[in-house]
Amino acid sequence: MEKILLEMQSITKEFPGVRALDNVTFQVREGEIHALVGENGAGKSTLMNVLSGWYPHGSYEGKIIYDGNECKFFNLKDSEKVGIVIIHQELGLIPYLSIAENMFLGNETAHKVGPLEVIDWNECHNKAIMMLNRVGLDENPETLVKDIGVGKQQMVEIARALAKNVRLLIMDEPTASLNDADSQRLLKMVQGMKEQGITCIIISHKLNEVEEIADAITVIRDGATIETLYKGIDEITQSRIIKDMVGREMTDQYPKRVPKIDQIGFEVKDWNVFHPLYEGRKVIDNVSFNVRKGEIVGFAGLMGSGRTELAMSVFGKAYGKDISGKIIKDGKEVEFKNIADAINQGVMYLTEDRKGAGLNLIDDIRHNITIANLQAISDRSVVNENEEIKVANEYRKRLNIRSTGILQPTGTLSGGNQQKVMLSRGLFSDPDVLILDEPTRGIDVGSKYEIYTFMNQLVDEGKCLIFISSEMPELLGMCDRVYVLNDGRIISELKGSEITQERIMDDILTDTRKRAKNGANSKSKENEN
Amino acid sequence: MEQTARAKKTKINFRQYGMIIALVILALFFFVTTNGRFGKPMNVYNIIMQNGYVLVLAIGMLLPILTGSIDLSVGSVVAVVSAFAGVMMYNWGMPVWITIIICIIAGLIIGLWQGFWIAMINMPPFIATLGDMLIFRGLTLVILQGKTLAPLPSSYVQISSGYVKDYIGILFGIESSLNITTMVVAVIFCILILIGQLNSRKQKLKYGFEVSSVGSVFLKTAVISAAILLVFWRLALYKGIPYVLLIVGVLALFYNFILTKTTLGRHIYAVGGNAKAAELSGIDIRRVKYIIYVNMAFMSAVAGIVFSARLNSASPLAGQGFEMDAIAACYLGGASASGGIGTITGALVGGLIMGILNNGMSLMGISSDVQQIVKGLVVIFAVAFDILSKNKSSR
Repeated sequence: MEKILLEMQSITKEFPGVRALDNVTFQVREGEIHALVGENGAGKSTLMNVLSGWYPHGSYEGKIIYDGNECKFFNLKDSEKVGIVIIHQELGLIPYLSIAENMFLGNETAHKVGPLEVIDWNECHNKAIMMLNRVGLDENPETLVKDIGVGKQQMVEIARALAKNVRLLIMDEPTASLNDADSQRLLKMVQGMKEQGITCIIISHKLNEVEEIADAITVIRDGATIETLYKGIDEITQSRIIKDMVGREMTDQYPKRVPKIDQIGFEVKDWNVFHPLYEGRKVIDNVSFNVRKGEIVGFAGLMGSGRTELAMSVFGKAYGKDISGKIIKDGKEVEFKNIADAINQGVMYLTEDRKGAGLNLIDDIRHNITIANLQAISDRSVVNENEEIKVANEYRKRLNIRSTGILQPTGTLSGGNQQKVMLSRGLFSDPDVLILDEPTRGIDVGSKYEIYTFMNQLVDEGKCLIFISSEMPELLGMCDRVYVLNDGRIISELKGSEITQERIMDDILTDTRKRAKNGANSKSKENEN
Repeated sequence: MEQTARAKKTKINFRQYGMIIALVILALFFFVTTNGRFGKPMNVYNIIMQNGYVLVLAIGMLLPILTGSIDLSVGSVVAVVSAFAGVMMYNWGMPVWITIIICIIAGLIIGLWQGFWIAMINMPPFIATLGDMLIFRGLTLVILQGKTLAPLPSSYVQISSGYVKDYIGILFGIESSLNITTMVVAVIFCILILIGQLNSRKQKLKYGFEVSSVGSVFLKTAVISAAILLVFWRLALYKGIPYVLLIVGVLALFYNFILTKTTLGRHIYAVGGNAKAAELSGIDIRRVKYIIYVNMAFMSAVAGIVFSARLNSASPLAGQGFEMDAIAACYLGGASASGGIGTITGALVGGLIMGILNNGMSLMGISSDVQQIVKGLVVIFAVAFDILSKNKSSR
């Protein structure tokens, strides 16, 4: 077991303005289960994308040595040829194709008839059944993928990898969307594969799982390897891993602010939201929170914990259905019938998905700033274009949007400047309550600081600010108070010195464990019935 | 830095005026190849008559295209409205003005129906309008029972073949081959443009913005005025201003105003540029879509009236392929198929290019099958040029 199967040496990968990986070194021994852990955005997925050839050779610096040879992968096919297969977090299966069709997609057993490749379906089905047996799945390979559960879909993904003669299997958050029973089954499967000689890299947030099955754990933080722990050699505890994951010292990455906190300006009570598509699935479960004037309140939680869904459902029902609960603004109960209504009544939400749902990328800075509050510069729905130019220029100056002018299309701006355009739009709608969803995602340090400074100015003016972020240091540095969300519920409220990364992580993990146990109990009860 | 900004500016201007330049070159080309027949007053008049309804449809079609979709039912709606008009006047002998009002109302009702499926049920416009294309074509056949109704009352036919009489000439008893009223209108129009330009410059000055010099404002106005005067002069030498030109002109000015100056116009562009972003900015996307499709059907009704008046009949085959002409006009005029980009001027210029191609090639004696091929190639090359130049500028 001492043979090194994979060694990634001094990998450095840069995106415009961001260094995602900085001299990362990563070693995997043959036949082990190696866990890769770190916060959101620490660089785990980037590292795996480098390995799988998703980022082609040449787009990064450093060497990949696999099975004793240096490898240059230019695409996924290249890495699959030598037996490296990656299973992404979002399942890569096509719902309206059968299990067998999915398993052999791009890898069909075919024989040539002239210029055509004709698929041998009998052979495919035979192989499919074999692979499904290996992962312990007793399904007809002709069943459509949409008709089997998420847990089984994950198994199909693994079977698909097996069909590609996998030697090194990479799984990105394989249990993120699974319930506890399915997770256990999957983990057992992974251990079974280890016995068949398949090496496995698992990316996971669930540290208890990692602790349970991993032979080695590598922690990545801020695009750099912190340390690798080996089972049996190092003492592996969750607290040690967490410390490694979050460990950095707080310097003045965050502008100072003397909080001037006033009375409660915005309050949401007993808020319930159901999934817009899946009948009866509760996305937000009886949540209550409040924000004081002059206060920055953070929403912490892992991906999928419901932070965005909560914010958007409050923002004029922009998400979800069958929404119930009370919204109290400035002491009065209010109702937002739609988004325009929410904006008019002084609530503004700025999306985490800047490019997809935030900016009109083909239009210029000017129009993007004014679009949410055109009536402010219009006389009976005729827009005063000169007034608009004036306004846009003011915001460009105030937020220091670096551009050739207000007529530059937003699609050509850098991430940080795009975010400033978003902020300008938010401010121009003159809100009392501003909800910022991941406002610093993917932008450079300098712009981050500018945005923090700006947030401080806003609360100094007495506005209520809700700050959703996956970067915990940011929440620590900026927030007066933090609500921790997990699985659509607020599980704790932290103030002042209570706000630490360890505490937040710990709360989430404890809650997840508790839920899993309860879930398992209720499941077994269901089965009894 | 300044230099790149300036280079960018000239590039944008070239893109903006590229199609207009193409139009002028095309007109000159046909003027030469037809030994001046193309520029004869009667021919200028004909071009306007022949293309009036396409221009109306192109203006209407720009709105769905701005939101990234198209309306395929346009030709059938034109046909069904013509059929209504025919039956009401020819079979039932109803007065012309009542017929027109009912036709417009019918158009609006058709629009409500279309809008319901697209905006309320959230059906892809391509499918909803495809269905309506079949429905209204069938309905046309049912209403007309497969027959062509002709002739229509002469006052109705006036809509597309009538012109503004030389009232001023008559009033002052001037005997002239030149229609004086037409020239007076043209001059007034030019003066209004100049006043508008100067006024907008004054407003900008009040805000302390940089403005172009008074000289360049005059120069710009002079160029536009020259074009207007040229066309009106040709018209004045023939009969005068056709009513069709008035209809197209009023619609073009109105929709240009809506799209460039009003909140509704902004909302349409925003929905086309990024619908999700527009929604999160508080724009009611369903309302915008509803308005667009009701409007498209309204414009189709107007075009149906103009077209049946021109044919002097209601025919079951009327309007076939009109949607394609309108769509092609918009794309030729620089509209983006994915939405968010396009102008009324562009749609008009695109429509005129198609119309001039038709007319010019007919004068040259090129057969209509070859004409189709040429028009198709022009659309493909023009849009390819647009895409390639955009790619270059984004790199």
